[in-house]
This record gives sequence, C-alpha cells and structure tokens, in this order.
Amino acid sequence: MTYRRQELTAALVFVAPFLVVYGWMFIWPTIQMVRLSFTNAPLIGPGEYIGFDNYIKMMGDRVFHNAIKNTAYFVLLTVIPGTAVALLIALMVVRLRGWLQSMVLAFFFLPFILPVTVVYVIWDWLTNVQFGLLQAVIEPIMGRSINIWRTLPWFMPSVAVITIWWTNGFSILLFLAGLRNIPRELYEAAALDGATGWQMFTRITWPLIWPITVLCLTIQLILQLKIFDQVYLFAQGGRTQTTMVLVQYIYEGAFVKNQGGYAAAAAVMLFLLVAGMSVLQFQLLRARGQR
Amino acid sequence: MSSAEADQSRPPRRFSIGGALLTLLTILAALIWFIPIYWAVVTSLRADQATVTEFGFWPSEPTLSGYIFGITNSKLPIWYLNSTITSVSVTIIAVFTAAATGYAISQLRFPGRNLLWWIILASFMIPVPALIVNHFVIMANVDLLNSYPGIILPMLLTPVTVIVYKGFFDGLPKEFREAAVMDGASEYQLFYRVFLPMNWGVTTAMAIITFIGAWNAFLWPFLVVQSEEMMTVTVGITAVQDAFGVAYGRVLSGAVMASLPVALAYLLFQKRVTQAIALSAGIKG
Repeated sequence: MTYRRQELTAALVFVAPFLVVYGWMFIWPTIQMVRLSFTNAPLIGPGEYIGFDNYIKMMGDRVFHNAIKNTAYFVLLTVIPGTAVALLIALMVVRLRGWLQSMVLAFFFLPFILPVTVVYVIWDWLTNVQFGLLQAVIEPIMGRSINIWRTLPWFMPSVAVITIWWTNGFSILLFLAGLRNIPRELYEAAALDGATGWQMFTRITWPLIWPITVLCLTIQLILQLKIFDQVYLFAQGGRTQTTMVLVQYIYEGAFVKNQGGYAAAAAVMLFLLVAGMSVLQFQLLRARGQR
Repeated sequence: MSSAEADQSRPPRRFSIGGALLTLLTILAALIWFIPIYWAVVTSLRADQATVTEFGFWPSEPTLSGYIFGITNSKLPIWYLNSTITSVSVTIIAVFTAAATGYAISQLRFPGRNLLWWIILASFMIPVPALIVNHFVIMANVDLLNSYPGIILPMLLTPVTVIVYKGFFDGLPKEFREAAVMDGASEYQLFYRVFLPMNWGVTTAMAIITFIGAWNAFLWPFLVVQSEEMMTVTVGITAVQDAFGVAYGRVLSGAVMASLPVALAYLLFQKRVTQAIALSAGIKG
C-alpha cells in the first residue's frame, strides 16, 4: 500500500495534538501506576522496589475489604434498581405527546446536569436532621427524625437513592430512543389480535428493548464501580473507614496517608476490575456494531 | 431525529380513563422528582431566619440576600472565572482534537491507523479515577499543580468523542473526499471547509456535553487545586458550606449560581444534549 505525501503530513498534523495528550495523560500515567505500585514511594519522591508487598499488605487490610464490600454493595443498590426505574420512567414518558412530553422529560432529566457538589448541598438540606423537608416523611414512619449520614445502615442506601435521582436521566434518554425505534405497526397488529397491554410489553417491548437494557446495565456498572464523589461528600466529618469505597481508598492512601506506592497498587486493583467489566461491555458494543 | 415525525404520524389516541390516570401519575412522578431542585431554589430565596422557620411552598418575602452575600462574601466571582476558563478551554481543545483525530482515522490513509484506532477503543478499559495518583505526580513534576493547565490537561481525555466523530465521517460516501481532492482542495481546507461544516450539529452536541462535564468535574479539580483562589465553582461550593455553616439559604444560593450555566446550556440546547448522549452511547437517537 502506498501513501500520498500530503495525506501523510495532514494525518500527522491532525492526530498529533491528540496523541500528545493521550500519551502524556493516559498511557504514561498508566505505565507509571503499575511501576509505582511495586515500590514503597511516598506520593511525591523516590521509593524502593518492594515486589508484591503492597498487594500482599492490601489483601490483609480490613479497610480494603470494607472498600470492596461497600463498592459492591453500592453497585448492587444502583445498577439494576436504577435501570429498572429508568425503564419505567421512559415507558411512562413515551406515551405523552408534544410539549407535555418535553416538560415531563426535562423534570426527570434536569438533575443529571447538576454538579455533584450541588446535588450534595441540595440533599444535605433535604435530609437535615432538624429542618430537612424529608424528615417530615421519615418521622411519621420511624417515630423520630434520623441523622441519615451518621447512621450506618441508612448511609449507602441513601447515597444510592440520590445517585439514581441524579444520574438516571442518562438511561431514561437511551430507553426513550430505543422505545421510539420500535415500529408502531407491531403494536397495532398485536392490538388487532386482541393482545393485552401486559402481553404487548412482554412479547414486543421487552425483547426489542433488551439490547438497550444491556447497554444501560454495563454503562451503569462501570460508572458505579468508580463511585467516589457522593460517598466522600456525604461522609465528610464522620468516620470514613466504615463507608469507604475503592476510589476513596486510593485517595486516602495517596493524599491523606502519603503512600504513593500503596495507593498505586489499589489503583491497579480498580483498573483490573474496570478493565474486566469493559471487555464485557466492548464485546457487546462490537456485537451491536457488526449488525 | 425521527421521533418528532413519528409522533405526528401516529393516530390520535382515543380518550380512556386508564390512560388519563396514567398520564396524571406520570406528571405527579415528574413533579416529585423535581421537588429537591424546587425546594433548593425556594430556600435560596428565603431570608436567613426564614429558611428554618418557613415551610410554605413559596417564600413569604422572597429576597436575593443569599445571592448577594455569596457574591460579595465568598470567592464565588473568582471561582466562576476559573470554571469558565477551564471548562471553555477543555471544550475547545477536546472537541477540536477529537474531531481532527476522528477525521484522520476515518478519511486519511497513514501507517498505524488501525493501531491508533484500537488503542482508542482499548482506552475504555482504563478508569480515569485510577490515574489520579500519577496525574498528581506528573503535575507536581512539571510544576503545574494549582494552575489552569494542571486542571485542564487530564480532562482532555475524551476517546468517546473521537469514536463519535469517526462514526460520523465513516457514514459519508467515499466519493465525497475524492471529488474534493480532484477539485484541488488542500487537506486542511477539506477538513475545515467541507467536512467539519457538514456536522456542526454533532460538534455543537459534543461541545455542550463536554462543557457540562468539565464544569461539573469534581475529583480532579478538588485534588489539583490547592488554594481558594484557584478553585472551580463545583469545588468551591463545599468551601462555601464549610464557611457559611448552617446558613442554608446562602449555601443554596451558591448552589443555584453554580448550576446556572449548565442548567441554561441544557434548557437552551435540550435536543443537542439528547443527541450527544445517544451518540456517546453508540445509538441513533
């Protein structure tokens, strides 16, 4: 294969800025992360090669076990429930027409574009133990107001609910796009055959929307494995060890305890976890792209 | 977007009690979903004392005192400037480099093209939060901690945008480029004058979603910024909360101001945001 000269120079010019950023901010730090994880270096400064010591130490650290457990718990609380809620909302919204649909959709979607700190401030106010609006709901049920962010069994489920409220707009939009692509004739034919609403859902909507469901689930899974912001913000000032999640474990290792090598080892663990899930997602995306 | 046309071609639904109830339920659910935002705005309009004594759904004496306090008694104006500078830079650089790269991979022949494409696809596997430690080390080594470039650089990682652009350019007929080359257009003219203008829609969509993402970024700016003067609004809001204590009216005024640019970007360009999300996920909206 021969290349045209002008085309080659142009390609180089077009690709160069991206390559520089990519190499410097992506490939280089990834290599450095692995290298650093085998040393006892502080955050900034040199360290000695110590083999797998960081990893071995981590395996025995109870806080690390906690971080894994909490992350898994959070994923469990958000991924499937969130996707189910999104599908339900999309099914409700797709029935509506015109301006009513736009408005209802905007109400459901608006939280998605808020900065996480704003989400935190809003819900911190709503759940305030003395003056929070939500305590008006909690009090009659529990018999007293509850300091959600200092009550361990309430912590993760509450962060999960808020996360679903915040990020669900994304999945709702994907489901809506999928639902609109289902040919109307299918429903009309089914209606002529006397199918009930439930039958139409299980025989037409559900199988045809399944690829989108899988897409939403994998996107959510990878996203929620990287949970940090909300958990960090809501746990501020409390005992963070019990509510620690994986990214927070990396953060504390590097920026609180000044153990760069150890934090890098934790980062490698997160990397392996997410890479595994991404291979799964990639296979799905490729399978769809080939069709 | 074919949704609008599809809606119009549908026959009007006959009125039914069940349908009306469901519609009512949907509207109710949407309103409940919206309450936290509404309540935040209402609280931000209450005078200090009123935030904890009033529970009506509209402030008895709406006031902007919380907003004025936030602007005059915190670094909010500086944070706003920082957020604007960093988010706009990220948007311009990221979208531009992604468009050029997507174009090159799609339309130009050069050695290593396939390898580059595979590397971009593989980068999906790298969770950016895992790189925070080494991003920090890099920035410390080149003395960019607590600087605009330090905030901006790691946020330029947008493989998805490259994939979207490549997909768009792939969809164009091959003869298109050949014909333009015959006419004697240079490679650069071709990109700026012919290919890029064809997809201003995609570019607008990706720019808006990139801007929203950059404005909202928390973890990295939170780590790399080390003085109040360099904070972005998103990071600064928590500093306001620490400083203002339980003055929720003031804290929420700050929160409303922090959200204003992204909320406006969404409300003005709803369709583009929707399109960008569908494109990023790899489906046709």
